[in-house]
Amino acid sequence: MKLFAALLTSLAESSKVNEKIEQIVHYLTDAPPGDRGAALFLLCGGKLPRVISSREMREWVSEETEIPLWLLEESYQVVGDLAETLTLLITTDSDRTLYSLSECVTELGRLRGKGGEERRSFITEFWRNSNRETRFLLHKLLTGGFRIGVSRAVVIKALAKYSGRDEALLAHRLIGRSSPEEFSPEVLFQPEDGPSVTPYPFFLASPLEGAPSELGEISEWQCEWKWDGIRGQLLNRGVGVSLWSRGEELLNESFPEFQALSDLLPKDTVIDGEVVITLGGAIAPFSVLQKRITRRKITQKILNDLPAQFLAYDLLELGGADLRSSPLVERRRRLEQLIQGSSLLQVSPLVSCSSWDELQTLRSKAPTIPAEGVMIKRLSSPYRSGRRRGDWWKWKIDPFTVDGVLVYAQKGHGRRADIYSDYTFAVWGEDGQLVPFAKAYSGLTDEEMKEVDSFIKENIKERFGPVRTVNPVLVFEIAFDGIQQSKRHRSGVALRFPRIKRFRRDKPAAEADSLATLIALMRTST
Amino acid sequence: MLTLNPNGLYCEAGDFYIDPWRGVSRAVITHAHSDHARFGSERYLSHHLTTPVLKHRLGENLSVQSLEYNESTTINGVMVSLHPAGHIPGSSQVRIEHRGEVWVVTGDYKLEHDGISTPFEPVQCDTFISECTFGLPIYRWEAQQEVFRQIDSWWRENKAAGRASVLTCYSLGKAQRILANVNRDIGEVFAHGAIVYTTEVLRRAGLPLPSLTKVSREIERDRYPGSLILVPPSVIGTSWMNRLEPASVATASGWMLIRGMKKRRGGDRGFVLSDHADFPGLLSAIKESGASRVLLTHGYTAPLARYLNETGYSAGELKTEFLGEGE
Repeated sequence: MKLFAALLTSLAESSKVNEKIEQIVHYLTDAPPGDRGAALFLLCGGKLPRVISSREMREWVSEETEIPLWLLEESYQVVGDLAETLTLLITTDSDRTLYSLSECVTELGRLRGKGGEERRSFITEFWRNSNRETRFLLHKLLTGGFRIGVSRAVVIKALAKYSGRDEALLAHRLIGRSSPEEFSPEVLFQPEDGPSVTPYPFFLASPLEGAPSELGEISEWQCEWKWDGIRGQLLNRGVGVSLWSRGEELLNESFPEFQALSDLLPKDTVIDGEVVITLGGAIAPFSVLQKRITRRKITQKILNDLPAQFLAYDLLELGGADLRSSPLVERRRRLEQLIQGSSLLQVSPLVSCSSWDELQTLRSKAPTIPAEGVMIKRLSSPYRSGRRRGDWWKWKIDPFTVDGVLVYAQKGHGRRADIYSDYTFAVWGEDGQLVPFAKAYSGLTDEEMKEVDSFIKENIKERFGPVRTVNPVLVFEIAFDGIQQSKRHRSGVALRFPRIKRFRRDKPAAEADSLATLIALMRTST
Repeated sequence: MLTLNPNGLYCEAGDFYIDPWRGVSRAVITHAHSDHARFGSERYLSHHLTTPVLKHRLGENLSVQSLEYNESTTINGVMVSLHPAGHIPGSSQVRIEHRGEVWVVTGDYKLEHDGISTPFEPVQCDTFISECTFGLPIYRWEAQQEVFRQIDSWWRENKAAGRASVLTCYSLGKAQRILANVNRDIGEVFAHGAIVYTTEVLRRAGLPLPSLTKVSREIERDRYPGSLILVPPSVIGTSWMNRLEPASVATASGWMLIRGMKKRRGGDRGFVLSDHADFPGLLSAIKESGASRVLLTHGYTAPLARYLNETGYSAGELKTEFLGEGE
């Protein structure tokens, strides 16, 4: 367990990708064979059952160390990470370890559903026989939210180097695995019988930041709507279809209706596209889809009321032939030949236009489709894996913006743990009072954040736990993607994905927007 | 006996200030770090090792009276003496006594012996005004011997890989502590000019330190790989650093204990090396002072005051200007 804990420390300390790859290769070479599966599982973002709640951990640490709970909370506010806070509060420092990584994972599984006493004695024994590094690892395993700081691409590269196998093959092999056992190299490298039931690695588009005219001639590109649904791959292997999300979740249970496609599609066909809900023939907004995916049990009524549709935009495999290296234009031609539109499956239509200006005009109509914007894909592009810039772009519509005044601030987490980086903004109400309407934490440069941080430190009015009220002086332009009525918010509106667009140094607080502006935006947008 | 006014911590009976924020007629200085020793006062009083640094930083014509540790002087009937604080060379706790009542102002301090500063000595008092930069139970330091073992092994690794080891640290105190405690057999030690000058001032004042070579155009660039180079944090990210490439950059500071801060400061490594007392250190100093009242400043004043009150002390916060958040 120490070896894996040490790996995590060195991964966190290293900022260079090649170093990280080397460190993982070293670990895989040196680790006890039984630990490698658990390690790869965790490195790929695998989660273990949370057998000890964070409330129990807080209380037990408080009792063991005689640090009052309120002081533990104050410390947490400074560190910004509970697992780390608890690690630092425990004072033992022992060179012993009780478990190997795989034993620890097994032990945590065994503790599931056990009484408080047994679970507490496990963790206190662990504390007495650990150093900071291993303690931190255990706390991270227990509290979930493990961010190791390596992408899957790095793990794949390391695994390729370690095993001498092809990266693309490994990327494919890793998909859909969900337990430490399934990640053990013996199982991973096993030759497979027959074609894979897991999806191909997804090709992801990059946001287009400049003007599309920088992409050259529009005739070399294909444009489509950017749907606000669930990206997925539909696989027909002749044993029913499987629908996989981009997050590698198998969605068959949420969308049983797609099983009907099994007979309509040739065996060994893989289609990439988007799951949406249709209402009366029109595509419903994302909020409707959300209703459907949060349902545990899909009843006939839901199938009738909220029918799903798969909008296909790419064909990755047909009759067992891998088409990913052929150009998009070719894949699209075959896709259109393959699919006779039905209420279950449609080809995602092209947005035809002869100039970038025309595309811009069409894009502005996206909300009426409803779509988030347009996709711009190079006609000659192969189907790559991961997010590679150059061939696929997403060009979203400009969001709504309003100018708000900074009124509350809170310190961030992780690398922002010692600066005020989480802000609440307000607009002017009818009575001349500021009404908070949005919380946002992204969009400022490090320099701007520093400037705002020092302003806040000199302008704190009151403290409520971790929250500080700040003299209302600074104005920011807040962008958001949607606005809805809300009874839960004091302002009466809820924003979708609010973020800071610009620091308006030029604007005094008195000139920030009013609640009336927000309400008007809501009326015109729905 | 001491109150806060817009100029700083004021002793009315003696008409003097301790570490004032603005220019006053008479200032007693705990140590020469810039947040404690400010320009503009008519007369200064400080420890004899602080005096030359004060003059180096604020001007050679400064009017400064020097004291030895445990030596006392009387200002308008108030007895003032300086006692070792262990923070940096010359750093002092200020003891003031008037009509039988004793107050101690710690300035910054640490309990661990760092090899260059006179070790902290507890001073009995009625009211103890303590800093608490690291006044939360998460802050506990390892022995400096262990930290220097880590620094030495980082230096050796870099040397083997043909890289320079660039360590960022404060020019006054931390830099000299590192210089005195690293294993100088590993390689050459260079420093940024700011650190070289400060070290020279302390050497001339009698502190036994090795001399440092300044990073400059006269130095052949191929001497940097394998060497240790001490630099102030301000040069990180500037073109000045280019000449030191290839280099591994690390920071030595108590804040490096927290992963988020380590990440935010950037750099390749963080060593947890502080010149301030950790949580157990603060509690021990507070206890040893025997004070019936504790006032807290510089740091986590509110939580530490509450904790002290809950554990049987009478404690409060002393608000300082500019430092409402203790960072």
